Formats: sequence, structure tokens, C-alpha cells
Amino acid sequence: MTSIEAQVLQPYKYGFVTDIEADAVPPGLSEDVIRLISQKKGEPEFMLAWRLKAYRHWLTLKEPTWANVKYGPIDYQAIRYYSAPKQQPRLESLEQVDPKLVETFDKLGIPLAEQKRLAGVAVDAVFDSVSVATTFKETLAKHGIIFCAFSEAVREHAELIERWLGSVVPYTDNFFAALNSAVFSDGSFAYIPKGVRCPLELSTYFRINAVSTGQFERTLIVAEDGGHVSYLEGCSAPVRDEHQLHAAVVELVALENATIKYSTIQNWYPGDAEGRGGIYNFVTKRGKCAGKNSKISWTQVETGSAITWKYPGCILQGDNSIGEFYSVAVTNNRQQADTGTKMIHIGKNTRSTIVSKGISAGHGQNTYRGLVKIMKSAVGARNYSQCDSMLIGDQCGAHTFPYIDVRTSTAIMEHEASTSKIGEDQIFYCKQRGLSAEDAVSMIVNGFCKEVFKELPMEFAVEAQNLLGISLEGSVG
Amino acid sequence: MMLEIRDLRASVEGNEILKGVDLTVRAGEVHAVMGPNGSGKSTLAQVLAGHPAYQVTAGTARYLGKDLLQLKPEERAREGLFLAFQYPVAIRGITNSYFLRSAVNALRKHQGLPELDPLDFLQVLEEKLKAIGWDDTFLNRAVNEGFSGGEKKRNEILQLAVLEPTLAILDETDSGLDIDALKTVADAVNKLRRRDRAFVIVTHYQRLLNYIVPDHVHVLVGGRIVKSGGKALALELEEKGYDWVKPEGAGAAGAAGAAGAAT
Repeated sequence: MTSIEAQVLQPYKYGFVTDIEADAVPPGLSEDVIRLISQKKGEPEFMLAWRLKAYRHWLTLKEPTWANVKYGPIDYQAIRYYSAPKQQPRLESLEQVDPKLVETFDKLGIPLAEQKRLAGVAVDAVFDSVSVATTFKETLAKHGIIFCAFSEAVREHAELIERWLGSVVPYTDNFFAALNSAVFSDGSFAYIPKGVRCPLELSTYFRINAVSTGQFERTLIVAEDGGHVSYLEGCSAPVRDEHQLHAAVVELVALENATIKYSTIQNWYPGDAEGRGGIYNFVTKRGKCAGKNSKISWTQVETGSAITWKYPGCILQGDNSIGEFYSVAVTNNRQQADTGTKMIHIGKNTRSTIVSKGISAGHGQNTYRGLVKIMKSAVGARNYSQCDSMLIGDQCGAHTFPYIDVRTSTAIMEHEASTSKIGEDQIFYCKQRGLSAEDAVSMIVNGFCKEVFKELPMEFAVEAQNLLGISLEGSVG
Repeated sequence: MMLEIRDLRASVEGNEILKGVDLTVRAGEVHAVMGPNGSGKSTLAQVLAGHPAYQVTAGTARYLGKDLLQLKPEERAREGLFLAFQYPVAIRGITNSYFLRSAVNALRKHQGLPELDPLDFLQVLEEKLKAIGWDDTFLNRAVNEGFSGGEKKRNEILQLAVLEPTLAILDETDSGLDIDALKTVADAVNKLRRRDRAFVIVTHYQRLLNYIVPDHVHVLVGGRIVKSGGKALALELEEKGYDWVKPEGAGAAGAAGAAGAAT
């Protein structure tokens, strides 16, 4: 065994379980379960009707099999679709949040208590199926910004939800999106009014805790004309031997001159070295640049999950709108990722940029799958795509599936791709300068991902680098 | 004695390249190791630095009283052994100054000194650059990324200047350099010569030795040092080529192996 093949996984740091009494529905899915979820959340009638339509549609669909990932069958009747920590139904203030929950988020580095909050970042904390706390709500309200739990938005801002929900990802979109639409439990809602530049980073932290529970959150962000917002999500889950399903939907809407920057640091439990346990992360994320000169930018650092199936994309409808996708996806041990983006150019002079960095180590399998579609109406559209893969060791794999569909002769497309291997020579060069093997790998990988990391908000760039170091620790001896 | 090599034998993928090398280097000395292509010159340099592709099959190498062959490559580096690579690798996205600071801090940590922060390091770096009369054009570029052959070689010497090794091994630093670049590099090396520092300069051609004058010249042929002498030997080799020093039958087998290893 050469030094590069030595595989030891650093124990997952966020794998603890919070012992808290839960209000959960029994496992299984039916119209009754959906009615129960809706009732527990005190939802208006339109919401239940939408959920039921989605459920009935889902029943007609088959789980997709085209992704380059392998996993056993999922028993959708064995999953628990709702689990919430028992607490008072409506909280007057954060002080009423169960101390165990506050402690859980503290341990994850997400302080909810007033005096310890991250400066400049407003956080919505989601624990299993419910949002437990949202910080800085009052500060944001002064600017007319709504940032709250999705279930709260359904009750308090029903007209906005009714207008925008499903406008980018309809419940008919795909199998997992339909499932999510039927059973989604909570998530975040952000609304940036006309001309407002959000003064804080908005952030949601998703935590799966309960056993055999799926997490189906839904996030909706709407930026009205000239609105600006930067949003970040983080995630983690306890170490468990069985797989858990996470099927989220994220919808972004940017109107004229609006900008939405959406960053993800995904650190779901990846499973152990033999592939036991870990999260199945089947997520639909899409943004619509509905207005002229609007911009949506996705940045993702994906280090967790046993299986990742996600393609954050942009529909570039408004003229001169811009879509961006910056991604780092790491697969170590038995992790599999099939991820990429979709850029649909409809408006004139629309531009998109795709920078994808896939890193495979151990027995990890990393697939980039991307679609760039330039419609006939998208005169003068431009796309630049760059897909780089890095291999560590000789048991892993990197795959690239770029789909390009251009229907106007005025489009300009550029595509670059590379595959490199962290070789003995690169490591030896660093060692010859006195660096340890681990520092060498961390340096080489961080350099490889630099174009993506520089897109992350300052506060999270360091976290992302550390996370990457941890995920790859032990991949080179 | 700084470096004492006795009967060193090394192979790559089962081909023996070094077939019993003896070499003694004292502090302050400059040794030139010359030889035809495939004679094992680069292998010797790589083996001393501890490249994992080479297996040492016999012999000893003592460095500053330690068993060099027992040390890991990074330990050798931290003990002051520096190799200027013939083919330096690129590291994408990492600036030269960040790379150098990481290396300097790895050495400082080993010596029990506090690590330098970016500002302190910049100051140190400026002094080092001044000492060899170079500017800071390389510092904010990614390590060897998109560098010309000459720039890569210069970058190796810059690293040498900053890391201040005890023993510096230059592996064909002159190859691919035009005459001006050769002079610049040689000039920097001369400025870095010190009583407590030794150089082993591996080269195919004599011309570098016009500018860096060696104390000892060794001729490596077929994996053995077949002749040693003073600087005059280098001139003689320049004039007569390597054939006259080649022992009967030596060279061919080693040549094939070493050429394979160098790629």
C-alpha cells in the first residue's frame, strides 16, 4: 500500500444525538399523514390542497435511476415524515427555546443566545421538522425584510407564499420535489422588498436529530426589484447506522436588478468507511432570474452525505441576467456524488458561469452533470464552463457529463475540463520543503478549490477550508 | 563531516541505477557531480532527498552525524537538506509567498521557534530578496504555475535563499537556461555560499561551473563515481567529453533505467 492509498476517516465531528422529547407522527406516508402535518402547522386551506395535489402526483412518479450513484431501495413507508421537539407551540422570545436545543446549536457553532450571536449573520435554526429560532428578526424587520421559519410564513405571509411557492420548482418537477411538496415540514423564508440591500448575511442551519426521520425542508427567497441578499445554509446530522433521507427544495426568485447569492456548506453525516449509514441528499434547487439585469449565484461546498443528487440551476429569463454556479464536491470513503447545475438561457444577452471542482478520495465516486441550454430567444447569450476533477489515490473515480443544447447561432460557449491526480511528485515536492503529507494535501486541495472559496462570504470561507481538511484527513498517509 | 556517502546503491522499479556511490562533503565546500545522460546523477539527488520511487538497496549516508536514510523526506528538509528540483512541480491556486511561508514555518516549528505571521514573513522575504539582488515579481504568482523553464529554476533558487539550508543539492539547475538566466542564477548561488553551508551541484555541462567555481568535481558514470578532481577536471570533460572516463561496458543498463526514472 503506498502512502497515498492509506485510508483512515477522521471521526465525524457533528455526530452527537440530542436527547429531547419529540412530537412525531408514526412512520409511513398517506393523505392522512399529510393532513396531520398540515394541521399541526396550523396551515391555511390552500397549503393543504397544494400538498395533496403534490402527493397525488408523486404517487404517479417513479424514483429516478439515471444518476451515476448506487444505493439500495428506499422504503418510503418506513420513514417518519414529521418529528418536532416538544415545546410551547408559539414562542414569544428566544428565551423560551428549550435549553437543550440552544446547547445543540451551540455545539454546532451556531449560537442562538442574544449575547453570543454571530455579528452580521442572522440565523434560522431548523431542528428535524421545525424551525426552533430565528435571530435578528427585529433588526431585519426595520428594513422591511421578512426572514422567518417557512411554517410561520405560511401562516403570517400567506399571500406571498401562495404567490411564489412552486413558481420555480413546481410540484410536478421531479420525484423528490413532488415528495417534498407533499410533506415538507419547515425551512426558511426570506423576502427582500424593493430596493433594499439586506444588511446582514442570512443563514439557515439544518439539523437532523431524530432516528428514521426524513428531513424535507423548503426554502423560498424572493428579492423584489433592486433587492440584494446573501444567504448561507449549513447542515449536519448524528452518526447513525441506517441511511436517512433528506429531500429539500430551494426556490429563488430575483426580480429586476435584484441579486441573490446562495451559499451552501453541506456537511451531512457521510457514513463510515464501509459505507454504513449516512444521509441520502436528494435536493432540488433552482433560481429564476425573472427580471432584467438580475443575478443569482450558487456557491456550494459539499463534503457530507452518503449520496448527493443535486443540480442547483438558474432560469435566466430576464434580459442581461446572470447565473453563476461555483461548486466544490468532495467524496471520500464510499461517498457518491452526482452533482452539477442547469443553466437555462431565455433572455437576451444572458450570461452564465460554471466552475465545478470535484475531489475524489478513497472509494469515492464524483460525477459532474451539467446542462447549458440556450433557447432561440437568448440572442447573444454566453456561457463559460470549467469542470476540474482531482483524484487522490487509485480506487476513486471522477466522471463528467456536460450537456449542451444551443438553439441560436449568436451564443458563445466555452467549456474547459481537466482531471488531475495528486501525485507522489507533488507531495514529495512539498515534503522536500519541510511540509507534512497532510499539510501538503490540504494545500494542494485548497489551491485547487480557490476559485470557489473566494466566492464564499468571508465568515464562512475559513470554515469551508477547515471542513475540507477534515473530510480528507487520512486520505494521504 | 557534513555528508558521508558510502557504497550507496539504489533502484527504481527493480533497475539498479546507483551501483555503489562514495562521496564526502564538508561544510563550506562546493561539489560538482557531472556525468553523461542516464548516469544516475538525478537519481543520486532524489535518493538523498528521499523520493519514495527509489529504493536504497545497500550502503550508508550520514548527514550531520545522523543516518540520513532513516529520515523521512520532510525530516531531511527540516534538518536543512534542500533539493533544487530539475522539474519543479506546479501548485495551482497557492501563491509562492504562501508556500514559502508555510515551508519557513515548518522549519521554524522544527527548530522550536515561533511561526511567522504574514507581515513578519514579508519583511524576512524582502531582506532575502535584497541579499540576492532579486525583485518580488514571483511572490504573488501561484507556485510554478505557468512559469517558463527559466522562471521555475530561478524560483528554486529563491526558495533556497529563503529556506537557508545547510546542504543544498542543485539538480541540473542550469538545464534550459539561457546565458543571462544562467548568470543570474549562478550569481545568486555565489552570494549564498557560506562557510557552514555546502553545495552539491549536479550538472551535465561544464558551463555553470564557469560561474560557480567548485572545490571538487566528480564524474558519475554507470551509477559509480569513476573519477574525482579539482575544477580543472570539469574543463577537461568539456574538452574531451565523457567517453574517456567511461569504464568498459558501463553505462548502457544504468542509462536506460535512469532515463525511465527521470520522466
